[in-house]
Amino acid sequence: MSALQGVLATAVADHLAARARWRAAELVFWGAALASVFLLPGKHLILAEIAILALFALSLDLILGYAGIVSLGHAAFFGFGAYAAGLLAKHALITEPVLGLLAAGLLAALLGFACAFLVLRGSDLTRLMVTLGVAMMLRELANRLDKLTGGADGLQGITMAPVLGRFSFDITGHTAYVYALAVLFVLFVVARRIVHSPFGLSLMSIRGNPLRAGALGVPVNARLVAIYTVAAGYAGVAGALLTQTTAFCSLDVLSFDRSADLLLVLIIGGTGYLYGGLIGAVVFKLLQDALATLTPQYWQFWIGLILVIIVLVGRERMSGWWHAAVAQGARRLGLRERP
Amino acid sequence: MSAALETVGLVKSFGGIAATSNVSLAVARGARHALIGPNGAGKTTLINQLTGVLTPDAGRVLLEGSDITALSPHRRVRRGLARTFQINQLFADLSPLESVGLAVSERLGRGHDWWRVAGSRSTVDDSIAEILERFHLADVMHERTAHLPYGKQRLLEIALAIACGPSVLLLDEPAAGVPEDERHDILGAVAALPREVTVLFIEHDMDLVFSFAERITVLVNGAVFTEGTPQEIARDERVKAVYLGEEPVHA
Ligand SMILES: Nc1ncnc2c1ncn2[C@@H]1O[C@H](COP(=O)(O)OP(=O)(O)O)[C@@H](O)[C@H]1O
Ligand SMILES: [Mg+2]
Repeated sequence: MSALQGVLATAVADHLAARARWRAAELVFWGAALASVFLLPGKHLILAEIAILALFALSLDLILGYAGIVSLGHAAFFGFGAYAAGLLAKHALITEPVLGLLAAGLLAALLGFACAFLVLRGSDLTRLMVTLGVAMMLRELANRLDKLTGGADGLQGITMAPVLGRFSFDITGHTAYVYALAVLFVLFVVARRIVHSPFGLSLMSIRGNPLRAGALGVPVNARLVAIYTVAAGYAGVAGALLTQTTAFCSLDVLSFDRSADLLLVLIIGGTGYLYGGLIGAVVFKLLQDALATLTPQYWQFWIGLILVIIVLVGRERMSGWWHAAVAQGARRLGLRERP
Repeated sequence: MSAALETVGLVKSFGGIAATSNVSLAVARGARHALIGPNGAGKTTLINQLTGVLTPDAGRVLLEGSDITALSPHRRVRRGLARTFQINQLFADLSPLESVGLAVSERLGRGHDWWRVAGSRSTVDDSIAEILERFHLADVMHERTAHLPYGKQRLLEIALAIACGPSVLLLDEPAAGVPEDERHDILGAVAALPREVTVLFIEHDMDLVFSFAERITVLVNGAVFTEGTPQEIARDERVKAVYLGEEPVHA
């Protein structure tokens, strides 16, 4: 290989690696998130909710946006993590939140690993049904095991120790928000590494064309199982955060609504660039908050209407328009990579 | 010469229609071997069984003498068997750079690496640039594949197979749909492959077949009709009869 080609070769690999560079707009995004800690002290309760929803959406984006796995039952992992964290704290097995988070995340990841083999069979429709079914079974299980879970009354009497032994949860949600935001940021950075790695590239190839991915030597099923496990762990951490920051956990965490709302969050924010779930979570929560204040009894109606429109118009076309708009906005802001 | 790729009594039927009937075929190491036959003869179905996309009803596939019949497609690729598709199978949302980068990192066994950045030193090598250059894709390497003109997509289709670093390459109508004046880019790249690479290719353009192949197998109705050198096949009246009403055979 000539010297000139050598220079070109390095430059070409660098172009590939450049996809992983932090963009100015990303720094602005996280700077704004950090600023909200100081500038919006009265809003920390809802901001904590937003951060948790954002983490949950990030988890779904990892499998939907990057690997193309559809799910209608992602709440299964969220709820599993939520109950795991609650039970660990209630029975004083692990009361320190960060350790509880790790444990709950690992348990949810284990469940995800086990489910992956069921979920990854068959077509999109089969996957939707299986994910839905698993979530329904878990919810019914949590309902029936009321001695353990408190059943329909929810899991009461959870007392969390201070975070890292120092920061106690308070009524204003200040600790809760800083804690949730910090966890979201750390897991976001990890997700960002994952999607820009060779492994992440192989996931995108599987989403695009599993037949060809296999023909290039990608072990398609193994990679899907791996990301499904990771995403389940993320969802479990999000659920655990909710339990820890509210000191409560009810059957709600496993409900179908939660899975459906999550899809809505990603439809609003877009998939496949990691910020979709975060932006979607902010918009969704603010929208929900506003609508619930304006027309408390109609909130469900509007959600239903949005869902119907999405189904009728078709995911592809809908996401086509909307994503073109969001993507253009994101590109303007420099959050998205490709020109 | 020993066989790089071999099939023994391969059988595959789709709902009673025999798409492959008892095909035994040996492709010599380093060969330029053509597989021809009328449309629907079962050429693509055979390739799909060689690469593991389809499981044969009976028979065996041997790569360098070892039985790979039960291996999944990606394992066969790791053993050096790569292919292209008659109908482009590309990654619409990825760029040629990303697609080739992916294939290279998988070839280097780095595809499971989830922490390092794709494109960093330990995940790829210089072959990305070399392949993009060789297949005239360097100028469009950042474009979305979906936006590339068909000729470039066809080049990428083959470039990806080469990026796997195959010892045996299966080409399913590599020049399909490519206008006459663009074909030389594709065929030039195929002709320039090193001699260690064994090539089995399907092609309808008989000029190409007879100028490139050293050995030709004729497949008709799923079965091997005859096999021989280009001269033998060109002389064979029965082959001409099979192609009557299809394309004229001329040496
Ligand atoms: N997946 C499939 N299901 C049913 N029939 C098929 C399938 N694939 C191929 N066939 C049939 O098998 C025969 C051989 O097809 P193919 O291998 O594509 O032929 P060729 O590549 O030689 O044109 C045809 O009759 C085709 O219709
Ligand atoms: Mg064919």
